[in-house]
Amino acid sequence: MNKQPLTMTVNGHERQILVAPYYSLLDTLRDELQLTGTKKGCDEGDCGACTVILNGKAVTSCLVLAMSARGAEVTTVEGLATPDALHPVQQAFIERGGLQCGYCTPGLIMAAVGLLEENPQPSAEEVKFAIGGNLCRCTGYTKVVEAILLAADRMASLG
Amino acid sequence: MLRFDFLEARNLRHAISLLERHGDESRVVAGSTDFLARWRQGFWRPAAVVNLKGIANLGRISYSPQNGLRLGALATVQSIESNAQVRRRYQALATGATSFAGVQVRNLATIGGNVCNASPAGDTLPALLAFDAQCTIAGPEGSRTLPLTELFLGPGRTALKQGEVLTQLTLPAPLPRTGSLYIKHSPRGAMDIATVGVASVVTLEEDGRTCRDARIALGAVGPTPFRATDAENLLKGQELTAGLLAQAAEAAEAAATPIDDVRGTAGYRKAMVEALTRRTLQYSLQMASGRAMPFEEQRRLAVQTAF
Repeated sequence: MNKQPLTMTVNGHERQILVAPYYSLLDTLRDELQLTGTKKGCDEGDCGACTVILNGKAVTSCLVLAMSARGAEVTTVEGLATPDALHPVQQAFIERGGLQCGYCTPGLIMAAVGLLEENPQPSAEEVKFAIGGNLCRCTGYTKVVEAILLAADRMASLG
Repeated sequence: MLRFDFLEARNLRHAISLLERHGDESRVVAGSTDFLARWRQGFWRPAAVVNLKGIANLGRISYSPQNGLRLGALATVQSIESNAQVRRRYQALATGATSFAGVQVRNLATIGGNVCNASPAGDTLPALLAFDAQCTIAGPEGSRTLPLTELFLGPGRTALKQGEVLTQLTLPAPLPRTGSLYIKHSPRGAMDIATVGVASVVTLEEDGRTCRDARIALGAVGPTPFRATDAENLLKGQELTAGLLAQAAEAAEAAATPIDDVRGTAGYRKAMVEALTRRTLQYSLQMASGRAMPFEEQRRLAVQTAF
């Protein structure tokens, strides 16, 4: 099972790497590209900690075969902030206290970013459905939902 | 450590030839959501996977009154859930799709994968059965069609032969005055596997009272998802009173042959079949009678948890 060449765009940069054919996108991001912001929780699609944006859609990267992401555009939590500012979702999580231990946070933030790309002004219920695939054992989710709604309001007013 | 080779199918013919060549040593992947979970558990151990995801034009969704709904096998569960025609005309399929895991998995998982994995508890399967889905299958010998009811042979087993690929599901256009709903019952909501899933479709005659057609399909209460035809036959041609819906629900319960497992005992599952059949019939009847139900309301009904 020799490694195979793979080209994909990660956080705006084209990356050419060699990956084993059975590697997940999650393991590729963490082990080959050292992008360890994306977390491994359950490794079976139940916890959402590994959520990234793949070609515009929030996905559990543990369930994506890296080789099937050939030519894809991937955004991880490391790709959200600019040198000057955090992404509005990140900033809102800090201000509303939408995290405690932090392990689920990159996945929740990416799920929120995926939601707001498709539905910029969601209701609280729509936010809850959108993060239904993200497990958090600390916060109780209330402040997470508040943070995502705050980010939506700010992004809407920025246009 | 378990390993496998990755084979990229460039087109359908290439996929078929790869599957013919590698046979039982290979598995098809598309969304790969079921595959990677079950491979890591050691349940599936292929020497190679044949990836269909890169095949162009196999994920289209289209609707016309003549042809009905055509779902390319690579259509994702999320693209089906959010499709306006599906939400408007095939409510049970939209609610089946919305009850299916979290959005991150729905964005990957394909309808073809959910069908071909042939889980008794697959969340899109009761709705597909209740809408009389037909499968289009491509293989070394050409293309054939098969009713979905004949595809499922047992848990994880289908009538697909070596080298065959499911390419499309076709659901006839519902008649006017049709309503439908799927309800999934599970201990932990959409993220868990269904303890019981029921889809009902009701079509009324022009008088708005008499049942022209009724179809009911049950999930997670037998070796495959299946149609509760005895229950359906009680309803056809009759006025749908609350008493008759209750009789049909009891007939559906009688048709269920569930097992005991961690998600519920067989007896509990049978009782839930009765409750969910009655509920899905009631809501389907309301919709068929002309009471539009917004998708947000359907979504709240789609997943009913135990606790």
